[in-house]
Amino acid sequence: MKSLREVIGEFAASSGGGFLERGDNRISVADLLGGTALGQRREQLRDRCVLLSTREQLGSALALVELDGLARRIVLCTPDLTPAQLADVAATADADSIIVDSARELSDLPKIDQYLVSPRLEPSAPPSRRDAATEWILLTSGTTATPKLVAHTFQSLAGSLAAGSLKSSADARIVWSTFYDIRRYGGLQIYLRAVLTGSPLVLSSAGEAANDFFARAAAAGVTHISGTPSHWRRALMSGAAGQLAPQYVRLSGEVADQPLLDSLRAAFPQARIAHAFASTEAGVAFDVDDGLAGFPAEFLGRTTAGVELKIEDGTLRIRSGRNASRYVGAAPAGLRADDGFVDTGDIVELVAGRYHFRGRRGGVINVGGLKVFPEEVESVLNADSRVRMSLVRARRSPITGAVVVADVVLSDPAQTDAGDRIKQELLTACRSSLAAHKVPVVLRIVPALELTAAGKLVRPLA
Amino acid sequence: MTRDKIIAVLQDVATSQGRKLAPLVDDLRLTECGLDSLSFAIVVANLEDSLGVDPFNSAEWVDFPVTLGDFVKLYDRAVA
Repeated sequence: MKSLREVIGEFAASSGGGFLERGDNRISVADLLGGTALGQRREQLRDRCVLLSTREQLGSALALVELDGLARRIVLCTPDLTPAQLADVAATADADSIIVDSARELSDLPKIDQYLVSPRLEPSAPPSRRDAATEWILLTSGTTATPKLVAHTFQSLAGSLAAGSLKSSADARIVWSTFYDIRRYGGLQIYLRAVLTGSPLVLSSAGEAANDFFARAAAAGVTHISGTPSHWRRALMSGAAGQLAPQYVRLSGEVADQPLLDSLRAAFPQARIAHAFASTEAGVAFDVDDGLAGFPAEFLGRTTAGVELKIEDGTLRIRSGRNASRYVGAAPAGLRADDGFVDTGDIVELVAGRYHFRGRRGGVINVGGLKVFPEEVESVLNADSRVRMSLVRARRSPITGAVVVADVVLSDPAQTDAGDRIKQELLTACRSSLAAHKVPVVLRIVPALELTAAGKLVRPLA
Repeated sequence: MTRDKIIAVLQDVATSQGRKLAPLVDDLRLTECGLDSLSFAIVVANLEDSLGVDPFNSAEWVDFPVTLGDFVKLYDRAVA
């Protein structure tokens, strides 16, 4: 397998038009191939395990091209990591270096060398490639405060972008953009599509207002744009989506419901609108572009582009070359079953020839593309001695797909009179120890919760 | 009145989320009012509890509200 840089050299450099844009910064991919954003210290990163932890997406976009085939392992850190989480990730990944886009104090990472990536390129000969493939580590939210580390390679990430389709799309005038952060799976797919086809990619900037981003995307002539259903709802609500006239609108990362697909059809009558199923662990599985929610039952039992689907115990399972290989720092069996299938945990139901998504096994709640494990929120509520038990579950939301709600049983039913005060105190406790999307939107005090025969909480489907 | 209820919920949510609201006039764009997506999701969930309707979850609804005026109208129609 060639490195990212080598493939770009073959497919993209010939088309000449590719660039990465962020704010006022525009970096052509051809310039990147003849230069370095990592400076003269780049060679020190050979065979190293590197945390890529830039504030802006652009720094990561540039560094990836240089690190694949050079570093042993690249860990794509999302900008929302706390210093403590970053330290945990560094320890689990066995990291020895970190790349940042502005020098910073790293007191939690004492044994790690800091490198700077700059959008001002220096001329440089390309580095020679190491023999073994570079591991790309993506982070995904886990049951604890520490993210899981999901191991991919350039091959598993770019496997869905077959060489043939790359060549043909390089001929068309495509300009990509994405609402995703390119350090998350969905965004990384768009980044790879763009740089591998020599298509321009317009990146959003940290803290940029939706309307400013749309204006910039429209000015850059964006034709293809992707995001989660929540991103798209936000875009439609901004009233600025009309500045764009995309040919291709892509949704992934959450369930695309029929009202949203209809709204997008009304807003972009000329566009091909596709919703894709993809996850960090399972990779891209399939695209649906008939404008209907769910996916046709025929998708099961056939192999398309090397992807096999099956349903077992009610959840969708996927086996393909795009699957991640393992969780770093966990037992190998954790990610793939013995038969090689990845269990997505997504419960599907067959209705009139189509499978529809009905929530997550284990009750994982998806709030605008971010996972919430109910148990994590319950543990915060249950830590209060006035709480006997609690149940955290999903409630449908037209804005973020789902929100978190909680039912709480008090230890002393007589305290129910003080319910309002206790509620406020519980919510304050949640806000101080949980990310905002995990804090219950509605918290009710209830007399009892239903238990199964085995004495477990009955967890309703979302 | 629906409008008053909506304004009250917007203010409550802004306070609890530590966000500063822009002056709430009808032609204020929702994306410029100072709330993020999560805050809006909280507003819609709270309104469903207090007004008993979720106008987003109906068969005929297609257009996303863009301004505060649109948002109020959507609820006015659903409550009526």
